[in-house]
Amino acid sequence: MAVAEPKNAQLAVQVPVTGGWSLKAREDAKARLATTSLPGRRDEYWKYTRPDALTQATAPEGDFVAYEETPLFTGVDRLKIVFVDGVFDAERSDDLSLEGVTIERLSDVADKDIHWAQGLYGVLETRGQTPVSRPLAIVNTAAASDGILVNVTGKVSKPVSFVYDYKSDSSDAMLHHCVKLSEGAEITILENGPAAARFNTVMEIEVADRASFHHIRTQGRQHIRHAATHMFARIGTESQFRSFTMTVNGTLTRNEAVIEVAGDDALAHIAGVAAGDGSNAQGFHHDDTVFITHDAVNCESRQVFKKVLRNGATGVFQGKILVKPDAQKTDGYQISQGLLLDDDSQFLAKPELEIYADDVICSHGSTCGAIDEEALFYLRSRGVPKGEAQDLLVLAFLAEAIDEVADESIRDLLTERLEAWLARRRA
Amino acid sequence: MLEIKNLHAELEDDGKQILKGVDLTLESGKVHAIMGPNGSGKSTLSYVLSGRAGYKVTEGSAELDGADILDLEAEERAAAGLFLAFQYPVEIPGVGNMTFLRTAVNSQRKARGEDELSAADFLKVVRAKAKTLKINADMLKRPVNVGFSGGEKKRNEILQMAMLEPKMCILDETDSGLDVDAMKLVAEGVNALRDAGRSFLVITHYQRLLDHIKPDVVHIMADGRIIKTGGPELALEVENNGYADLLAEYA
Repeated sequence: MAVAEPKNAQLAVQVPVTGGWSLKAREDAKARLATTSLPGRRDEYWKYTRPDALTQATAPEGDFVAYEETPLFTGVDRLKIVFVDGVFDAERSDDLSLEGVTIERLSDVADKDIHWAQGLYGVLETRGQTPVSRPLAIVNTAAASDGILVNVTGKVSKPVSFVYDYKSDSSDAMLHHCVKLSEGAEITILENGPAAARFNTVMEIEVADRASFHHIRTQGRQHIRHAATHMFARIGTESQFRSFTMTVNGTLTRNEAVIEVAGDDALAHIAGVAAGDGSNAQGFHHDDTVFITHDAVNCESRQVFKKVLRNGATGVFQGKILVKPDAQKTDGYQISQGLLLDDDSQFLAKPELEIYADDVICSHGSTCGAIDEEALFYLRSRGVPKGEAQDLLVLAFLAEAIDEVADESIRDLLTERLEAWLARRRA
Repeated sequence: MLEIKNLHAELEDDGKQILKGVDLTLESGKVHAIMGPNGSGKSTLSYVLSGRAGYKVTEGSAELDGADILDLEAEERAAAGLFLAFQYPVEIPGVGNMTFLRTAVNSQRKARGEDELSAADFLKVVRAKAKTLKINADMLKRPVNVGFSGGEKKRNEILQMAMLEPKMCILDETDSGLDVDAMKLVAEGVNALRDAGRSFLVITHYQRLLDHIKPDVVHIMADGRIIKTGGPELALEVENNGYADLLAEYA
């Protein structure tokens, strides 16, 4: 006889009181949620990551630490939009007007009868529920109180930057963004900051033919925080989609990306670097779950994920490339690597290829290893102290993923932060 | 300069004894060569002196300028002026050769309490030295030793030596894997560094390298000991007759 597990009270979905187009999308999400359930410990898709903290009724308490550190993209010329604990901060945000793009807050336009976002909000998220359901994203579509709707019609001259500050240890934030690029449009979206003690965010991205979407994200330095993020993208003919995420610290991070390559000759690159130290009570658990579907001819996709782990940290990678029968000439590449700095840490990888076309190149690799002792001795024999030598090798290991960021100045910013993270642990 | 007394060392893994009482005294400004058959312990001696993990010193001592080095970390030995040119230089993907050189030079300067070299000063020096070793700008930019030919790797070792200016240089079979022209180039690089304040310990199988780097003293090593010491003529004897006679004499 099966014994029922005692359950924590689960997340209750509160649909914000709105009218207009958004209410319909939210009611629809709530109805979909009724036919599925929140992720549980026995879900295959959550085999390596315990979802409890993400699905329980209230956010696990955070422990905000004020670091004396300049926020990452401070020196970058950008249009800045600030959220504190998931709440829009008008005072610290820039004016939302910028040439080639219309930027609106979800909460400002949710009540309208008609809005362009109704063709996107919850739409790609719904498509992304097959073949694997992603209930936390459905919750987000139903319940997100705010978010940014970005309608890109031209080549935008500077990045649009979402800054997520975190102040309250009981904050439980949910944001839902939509980014729509018209034919030939270009934009870079930056995201940085820990956002909240618990953060659930969705970004839906529609990239039309010949449009180009760049995305660089960092998830803040706070140790005690939980996050579930989803990106749902569909990209058109000769379009480009590039996304990079850097995560240092964090109790639990689950980053999911669902990318549908729908137009011929398109390119989708997604990469990530995670640096985790599992010491202290909060630990470190970082999960990248990626699903790329090729449904067009002559497209290229790359997944490059690297994690450096120490003191009992856990890294997870679940990455899939699905090549549909007509997606000939697909070039798919996937690499996931864990570098374990001690015997206590672990890297769990589940790379998957599912290919129905016969004229494709798909390669994938996954490795898990320690610092190369030969290389370490070589550096030390030249006078480089052990700690610095190890850090050099760690950065060298991460370089392939960081090199996925096209902008050199941003690459340098990211590398600086990683160097600092390593140096703090050497002291 | 370097004084090795009754040095015994074994493999940490299985306790196999490799060095069985090495005695060697190397004066300042001199070049000593060590020759010997395979498995005689030549490379092990270079590793034990440079501080590689995996070996345990069970007896004896090694001093650099009167100070014991065997208790020092590898990087401390380097900062004290010891340099090992590797038989098989290690490839390090992801670390630029220039970054590596600069980090090494500045780490040593820092350890000795000297100011670090500025990027501009460093670049000037490294370019000049690279040129004489026919190391082009591309090799400086590429990751350390990655995709380098055998000759390029050995030249890169000599470039590191030239930049670090050690006082005690150990060359572990630097001639292995080199064609005649590459060997000449490497030897010229070494000869350019010969100086009254700098000593060399040249480990090799062949007399040929010693035609280019002329030793003051030649040691023959066998079974973990120095079994014979003589002048340059000893190397010629080995070249002509092999090790058999010497080994027979020793036995």
